[in-house]
Amino acid sequence: MTTADFAAFSNHAVMFASIVYVLAFLSFVMEWAVARKTPATVSVTATAPAAERELVAATAELSGGEGVSTPAAPDNSADQDHELRVEKWGRIGVALMVLACGLHFLGLVTRGLGADPVRVPWGNMYEFTLAGTFGVSVMFLLLMRRYELRWMGVLVSGFLVVVLMLDVLVLYVPAGPLVPALHSYWLVIHVAAAVVASGAFAVGALASLLYLVKNRATERGTLRENGYLSRLPELTVLDRVAYRVHAFGFPIWTFAALVAGPIWAEYAWGSYWNWDPKEVWAFITWVIYAAYLHARATAGWKGRLAATIALIGFASLLFNFVGINYFFGGGSMHSYAGN
Amino acid sequence: MTAQTTGLEKLDEPRDPPPSTPPALSPVELARWAWRQLTSMRTALVLLFLLALAAVPGSVVPQRNIDAVKVSQWQEQHPQLTPIYDKLGLFDVYGSVWFSAVYILLMVSLVGCFVPRLRIYWRAMRAEPPRAPRHLGRLPEARTFDTDEKPEVVLARARKVLRSRRFRVVERDGAVSAERGYLREAGNLLFHLSVLVVLVGFAFGQLFGYKGGVITVVGQGFSNSLSQYDDFDPGSLFSPDDLDPLSFDVDDFHVKFLTSGPEMGQPESFDADVTYRSTPDAAPRKYDLAVNHPLQVDGTSVFLVGHGYAPSVTVRDGNGDIAYQGPVVFLPQDSSFSSFGVIKVPGAKPAQLGFEGLFLPTYGFTMKQGPFSQFPDPLDPALSLVPYHGDLGLDTGAAQSIYSLDKDKLTPYASKDPKRLGPVARIKLTPGQTVQLPNGDGSIRFDGVRRWVKLQVSHQPGKGWALGGVVIGILGLMGSLFIRPRRVWVRAVRRDGRTVVELAGLDRSSGGDLADEVDDLHDRIATTKESKA
Ligand code: HEM
Repeated sequence: MTTADFAAFSNHAVMFASIVYVLAFLSFVMEWAVARKTPATVSVTATAPAAERELVAATAELSGGEGVSTPAAPDNSADQDHELRVEKWGRIGVALMVLACGLHFLGLVTRGLGADPVRVPWGNMYEFTLAGTFGVSVMFLLLMRRYELRWMGVLVSGFLVVVLMLDVLVLYVPAGPLVPALHSYWLVIHVAAAVVASGAFAVGALASLLYLVKNRATERGTLRENGYLSRLPELTVLDRVAYRVHAFGFPIWTFAALVAGPIWAEYAWGSYWNWDPKEVWAFITWVIYAAYLHARATAGWKGRLAATIALIGFASLLFNFVGINYFFGGGSMHSYAGN
Repeated sequence: MTAQTTGLEKLDEPRDPPPSTPPALSPVELARWAWRQLTSMRTALVLLFLLALAAVPGSVVPQRNIDAVKVSQWQEQHPQLTPIYDKLGLFDVYGSVWFSAVYILLMVSLVGCFVPRLRIYWRAMRAEPPRAPRHLGRLPEARTFDTDEKPEVVLARARKVLRSRRFRVVERDGAVSAERGYLREAGNLLFHLSVLVVLVGFAFGQLFGYKGGVITVVGQGFSNSLSQYDDFDPGSLFSPDDLDPLSFDVDDFHVKFLTSGPEMGQPESFDADVTYRSTPDAAPRKYDLAVNHPLQVDGTSVFLVGHGYAPSVTVRDGNGDIAYQGPVVFLPQDSSFSSFGVIKVPGAKPAQLGFEGLFLPTYGFTMKQGPFSQFPDPLDPALSLVPYHGDLGLDTGAAQSIYSLDKDKLTPYASKDPKRLGPVARIKLTPGQTVQLPNGDGSIRFDGVRRWVKLQVSHQPGKGWALGGVVIGILGLMGSLFIRPRRVWVRAVRRDGRTVVELAGLDRSSGGDLADEVDDLHDRIATTKESKA
């Protein structure tokens, strides 16, 4: 294949990936639509004594989303049938996510091969977004296996569809070479680590968001019996999942923002820390996530406060990604990313 | 759930929040109370937030030590806000009193938090796993089973299983206590210590280091002394004696621009050949200086950060004498390298001469836009200048930028065709061309184009400390986040002719999957078959 072929292939792969993400999203929607017709098993445990609930919550985390993949002794075969259909749609959704993620990866790789000379596929906003969404997708799939996060699928796939769509429609630029400041293998390491960490933080932010929403609904007593919220894992599980995902992302972010980034800056600009807006916001994001971990470890500040801090952290991450390039323009040395 | 959490906290190390209102106390006790407040986890959290907040303005308002030119532009546009912002230190946020106050408080809090924890950890390291609580069944994860085996046999097996899981194990009063994951706290302490190390390394570099920019025309040289710099940003404890006696010549410069494709005109690569000496009598060495490929000599680094054009001109005055000859640095304005610059000729007689205008590497012209550059390479170079005569204002003693003309006492020449060309005369020169100024005031010849490079020279001591600190910090952090400390107790008592075994675990970190583990232990301890683990 020639360079131009690769570039064209990349565009097609991204398009197909988007379409498959849409299909995955629809499957997850179906999963929940079918589930709505079945009483959630959680509603049973919600009335159980506290100690038992903790136990259920803890096992639910290991064995799958509450009531979704563990039909807890349905009382008749119709219910069992329903649960099977729920399970089926969920699995189709996951399979489609894996397929879309593979296509996404192909799109990313061929984007790099489609530039002359061949380079890493993250040199402008279009490519950063492509790589960032890929990070979210991969991290979701990996973490899903580990922490049983299928209940998040509908939100993650929906998020990916919207962001990829915007990326292709608004940010697209044809493949081209890098500006000289970006010729460094530290850039490869820096961005790769930032993408992985951002992916984890995105998943963590979703878990924290769901925690807050469910917490509010629980407090107000507006939790509908078989709605999405009541089928989500217990609050304690949501909180714990959010913590684990953030704990996974934080050291990687530390490495990306405070090791790889400064080393690259040292080579490119002659000073490892320049208080450039992009650096400042990477630092701010880091400090907020450190505060999150502190809040999570402080008795009484777990839960709602910690979840709120996690969301603030993610907002600052997003702002750094999007806002700096748009609002600060030439004020940031990193702004060539926005050309 | 809540009741359980508090129970859990009590079993845990004492990390109770201090009382939030000051009791009526003697000064000593009050000081102690204040210290406890400062070193509490909550304060640390609030200070972390404050630090994040305090860092924000520096990304919004232009900063003096980053881009002094932008600061002055901003100040010109906002004359009312400037004095207020100046008072608040908003043009130098990261050196301001309030920013320093936040991170110094945080560091004090950190040390105050760190030292006692070190002591507690030291004790905990050497202590035996704590005694089994009386009611094991009340712990969040508890199991019981009964068996015909003797208690000693069950407990012996429990010890073996737990040891093989790298628990520290003791047996007291018919119960086994076991604990694991001591390194978590060590990792956490290491991480917090490394925060201090990084900060010290960073501060050292900021205080004793320097960073300077110098524009050197290709073919000319540079020696490392203060007077040679165009801009210089020293740390507050820097002394000029710290400058290394480095010198170099810029021999040649290469740049390649893309000549096709959607990013046409973008530089693909640029580099400069330099010859340097680390001391005046050292042997000269050659180096190929490029972006991401700095020159490093004895802790001083030289970076290639930019480039541009320096048109060479010869200016003759009204008497026909050469009043100026040589390259003049023009600063690029856009990606096509339209470059702005001024030529000052104070030695011209009878009147001083000044020129202001653009250098265009590939000349283009439209009525709407005026002269512009079509491509960054000098394919069809031209100078488009407005000449002035009069007094350059250099004698007043006030410092003047070499990139702008003080036009107070300068007059432009009238245009020949004011209707079509505007009121002011403008001259266009291509290489080799000479233009006579009106009234016999002199002439200017465009001799040719040379390039300049912008180099940044910097020295940041403490770099290694900062880097080493972060790397060790990450290792500590991983220990702190991923090592899961556990306590497990097993009690076996003879009751009604059978042995009742109680097994309970406690997760001392905040994200465990304890149930699974306790189940697993239960299975291994309950089987009579010798487990192979
Ligand atoms: C520059 C300031 C600080 C930063 C960046 C920072 C960062 C962190 C991080 C990332 C953690 C998470 C590790 C974990 O969850 O195990 C942590 C834990 C902790 N920090 Fe800090 N910290 C700072 C200051 C302080 C201060 C001033 C205190 C004193 C009150 C403190 C006390 C603690 C404690 C006790 C933990 C352990 C929490 C646990 O057991 O999970 N930190 N810190």
